[in-house]
Amino acid sequence: MSEIPGDLKFLKSHEWARVEDNGLVRVGISDHAQGQLGDLVYVELPEVGSNVQAGNGAAVVESVKAASDIYSPVSGEIVEVNENLNDKPETINEDAYGDGWIFVVKASDRAELDELLDADAYAELIENEDH
Amino acid sequence: MTEKTVLNATHRELGARMVDFGGWDMPINYGSQIEEHHVVRRDAGMFDVSHMTVVDLHGARTRDFLRHLLANSVDKLKVQGKALYSCMLNEQGGVIDDLIVYFLGDEFFRLVVNASTRTKDLAWIGQQAKAFGVAVQERPDFAMIAVQGPNARAKVIGLLHEVDRARIEKLGRFAAAAAQGPHGAPLFIARTGYTGEDGFEIMVLSEQAITFWNELVAAGVAPCGLGARDTLRLEAGMNLYGQDMDESVSPWEAGLAWTIALDEGRDFIGRKALEAQKAAGVPRTMIGLVLDDKGVLRHGQKVLTDRGDGEILSGSFAPTLNKAVAFARIPSGASGDVRVDIRGREMPVRVVKFPFVRDGKPCEGI
Repeated sequence: MSEIPGDLKFLKSHEWARVEDNGLVRVGISDHAQGQLGDLVYVELPEVGSNVQAGNGAAVVESVKAASDIYSPVSGEIVEVNENLNDKPETINEDAYGDGWIFVVKASDRAELDELLDADAYAELIENEDH
Repeated sequence: MTEKTVLNATHRELGARMVDFGGWDMPINYGSQIEEHHVVRRDAGMFDVSHMTVVDLHGARTRDFLRHLLANSVDKLKVQGKALYSCMLNEQGGVIDDLIVYFLGDEFFRLVVNASTRTKDLAWIGQQAKAFGVAVQERPDFAMIAVQGPNARAKVIGLLHEVDRARIEKLGRFAAAAAQGPHGAPLFIARTGYTGEDGFEIMVLSEQAITFWNELVAAGVAPCGLGARDTLRLEAGMNLYGQDMDESVSPWEAGLAWTIALDEGRDFIGRKALEAQKAAGVPRTMIGLVLDDKGVLRHGQKVLTDRGDGEILSGSFAPTLNKAVAFARIPSGASGDVRVDIRGREMPVRVVKFPFVRDGKPCEGI
């Protein structure tokens, strides 16, 4: 299990959000989540320019085992998606917190970020899940 | 209460991700399910299948009993050690289980049945056996390891006692024989499997299973989880009980017509129902599907045809093909214009013959 980067915030459903220097919010799934899902084989990305609501499905990742909705941690407009995942969905398995990011949201309500778990709280959540 | 095989701690030491598998705590993978799939197609991998149920049948009328119990005909088994795949049906022609039967002696046959159906199988077999005076003995003292892949047989044979090597080398497909493993461990070696590759399924006494597993690891056989076993058997066109057929489905509707022996004068359980269904017209049929677009076919998805809806049975991403394949049951007589509802989107799929993969390579037209 890799270290959970301290600058990330999390949904209980295992998506991470990182506020970038330009204020945009980059989103992916946790290393724990990719491990649970197993080898990823397909990612259904949202459309650039579409709007997403916090806590609603924005993308779908499919592993050999199962399909999972990816919820957006914040509301706003999708401004970028990780096209690289179309050919290499396994990037999420290899680097969940880095190259395996899924989409970037221009948040309409930054206060939503305060509702998310910080890295320590998320670590505690998955710790409890394992027992 | 979750059951554990004798290899449970060994799997955990190897870093396996364990899941509940029909009441058994089993490894789904040891890291990457896809890599484990490929190692079986290209080299040699092994699976702990000790959760499967081994049942020995003894008695003078055992062959008569099996002629009655099974939809395939044990009369095809003429040489000691030969094995046969068969369905065991209820009176309505529904599939109680699928199994392998080994002919081990004039009064001795061995069955391997599924883990998930163990209780009902033992009850059914025991009930039917009474009239034939056949003794039904479960063999929980055996562990079972499936070693599969193009190099699987060579790696196993290298571990056998020298006197056994030539004989096991010559063992034909779907046949079994006894041999001595490392340190004289008695093994029951069958040239069978559930992956579409050559290899052996090996019964070993529980107390010798960990040592044997470790010898196989040292011989270069990669531990593989039941996740890879599922994608391998699907590519190989093999049914999974509970997903592709159950008691509400006849073998005609499950792609298993080839296992039905309507030999003259044999009164097996379910025969009348099968013959009646065939005469009246079988309402549903099992087909193979390939999705050329991105996405994954999965169990339970709706299949749309010009004769009405069907459903995906086993469906998965197929690592050898790098796209999704599935079995589906649809109304008989439907045209080849078939779509699958994937999360509300109707995706066109191709109807194909299965197996999808044979001897490590995609089959023609897949």
